[in-house]
Amino acid sequence: MSAPPALPRWADVGLIPLINVLAALIVSGVVVTIIGENPFEAMMVMIKGAFVYKGSLGYTLYYATNFIFTGLAVAVAFHAMLFNIGGEGQAYLGGLGAGLVCLMFDSMLPALVLIPLAIMASAGFGAIWGAIPGYLQAKRGSHIVITTIMFNFLAASIMVWLLAGRLKAPGQMSPETRSFSPNAELPFIHDIANALGMEMARSPLNLSFVVALLACVGVWILIWRSRLGYAIRATGHSAGAAQYAGIPVSTIIIITMAISGGLAGMMAINEILGVQHRTILGFTSGYGFTGIAVALMGRNHPVGIVLASLLFGALYQGGAELDFEFSTITREMVLLIQGLIILFSGGLAYMFNRPLAHFLGFLLTPRHAGGGRRG
Amino acid sequence: MQEEGGVADLWLQFLLTIDATLRVATPLILCAMAGIFSEKSGIIDISLEGKMLMSAFAAAAVATLTSSALAGLVTAIGVSVLLGLLHGLASITLRGNQVISGLAINILASGLTVTIGIAMFKQGGQTPNLSRAERFRPIELPFAEQIGNLPLIGPIYREVISGHNILVWVALAAVLFTAFILTRTRFGLRLRAVGEKPEALDSAGVSVAKTRYLALIVAGVLCGMAGAYLSTAHGSGFVREMTAGKGYIALAAMIFGKWQPRGALLACLLFGFLEAVASRLQGVDVPLIGEAPVDLILALPYLLTVILLAGFVGKAMPPRAIGEPYVKER
Repeated sequence: MSAPPALPRWADVGLIPLINVLAALIVSGVVVTIIGENPFEAMMVMIKGAFVYKGSLGYTLYYATNFIFTGLAVAVAFHAMLFNIGGEGQAYLGGLGAGLVCLMFDSMLPALVLIPLAIMASAGFGAIWGAIPGYLQAKRGSHIVITTIMFNFLAASIMVWLLAGRLKAPGQMSPETRSFSPNAELPFIHDIANALGMEMARSPLNLSFVVALLACVGVWILIWRSRLGYAIRATGHSAGAAQYAGIPVSTIIIITMAISGGLAGMMAINEILGVQHRTILGFTSGYGFTGIAVALMGRNHPVGIVLASLLFGALYQGGAELDFEFSTITREMVLLIQGLIILFSGGLAYMFNRPLAHFLGFLLTPRHAGGGRRG
Repeated sequence: MQEEGGVADLWLQFLLTIDATLRVATPLILCAMAGIFSEKSGIIDISLEGKMLMSAFAAAAVATLTSSALAGLVTAIGVSVLLGLLHGLASITLRGNQVISGLAINILASGLTVTIGIAMFKQGGQTPNLSRAERFRPIELPFAEQIGNLPLIGPIYREVISGHNILVWVALAAVLFTAFILTRTRFGLRLRAVGEKPEALDSAGVSVAKTRYLALIVAGVLCGMAGAYLSTAHGSGFVREMTAGKGYIALAAMIFGKWQPRGALLACLLFGFLEAVASRLQGVDVPLIGEAPVDLILALPYLLTVILLAGFVGKAMPPRAIGEPYVKER
């Protein structure tokens, strides 16, 4: 394969994602104009909705929490060259794990034991739902993309079946479990701030955000500072070479998918333990897929993923504001922007890459060297 | 006498289920054939879902504006082909990641259909209900009533064969068309070669990119018809997210049918049958089991596909060069 022209690292990491977002926003702006609204006005509404109004920043960070988890999940798998589109299903089952622990033990265990147990269950259930496609890829040769798509649908079916059946709260019509007792609730940040004497607006932002940041540190250490991470990256670069160097590639694939699934599963702690306090139908609402956009934009690095999560958190929260301000633009606009960002930074990745590389090459080439080309 | 009535009734129930199977399977069949064209040429196509959704919207929107189902169908096909070309630009010309490109198209379709739908019709993302003239209507075959009164065989003619709209027949014809193109034409041979060994085709002087683009265009036409079927034949208007994963089920059916037209057709009929049975069993108490586990029946296509792909039953081998952008040797 001919490699795309070499782009300086700072441009690949800093400039390209910006250009991608800009391109997505421009195309969305064109759509808004065609609809007959002013795109700049819409943009201002989104920015105000995401950052300016009281409590809006909390909402933005709450959405970002979900995206950090699902983005990390996609990124970890990417490092082994595995494309995990199953984040949605893994997060869904994570909610089952957390829910089951809370339903079983919330009347007998104190919060300090119960919550860590529920977090482990959410990660565990997600890990299993990721590891099975990993196993099928590593040992049975089925394509991970197809298997994880199927596993998303299987997870949805299982959850509908359980939440409308066995797990449904008695005397309830809607498909959801009973509410957990208060000791299963992750505290809200505004409650913590108020307890410390700081004034803070109410928002769904809760301690999961801190857990998400810890997970970022964990992933950084795992990928770049551990033997396992080295094995994961080696498998991603060249499975054949890794095998030859004595790395058990099949095992690495399964472990990587388990970690990836576990991270996606932990998204449930934000939604289930942090906000809903019960397991409900469809709480993942596409956040697993947004994780793909986040990982692509964030270049599979935890720092990038936090930044991209903030962007998408702002888009989601600002998009909700569109519903109130316009009669013709709704939050589905955000889905459009998201699709465009995935398109520009994934499918059409090399569209801006090449011209930019030529342009920068022209700007940065020392005059006497006559281009860095060999032979 | 009583007994005989029971049997006749059971027979009718069975035939109605078969009839429903055909209706449900039609978009699956069209999309699965589309998938065969793309994937045989070496392009992973998870964008079946998005292409179908966008064309379902386009068909209903244009049908209601022009009062013509046919205009809707033509627009639907155009829109779907355009999305196919976008997928081609990403995966053939720019050699991007085909899975990501497909996924982007699906998400884009979800957002665009609702956004444009609300702006155009102000009904929460739906299109207005289509009148009879704006839809593809059932075609009653001649003498359906007279022949239908014959015992046993009559109902087959009346319930199962007669009374389908034109797109159901088009879908069945598409299977023959796909099989014919793939195995009996020069284009079909090139198509299969480009998905297995593109360099062989290249050295024979045939353009890999052109062949793949052509495959994606044909796939776009088929997906467009599937979308138009959903909103202007099976349904009477567009509803947001109306494809509801059907594109992925078609993808599963295509894999289940081992990338072959006949196998894919059978898989579509099987998956359609499961859905038809599930909707008939909604809320019905089955002896021994209790309330029918409808959600689990609906999950069977996905489960079966996973099991098949894993090679526990038979083996499904994708085209060899699938997912790899082709780079000409220098």
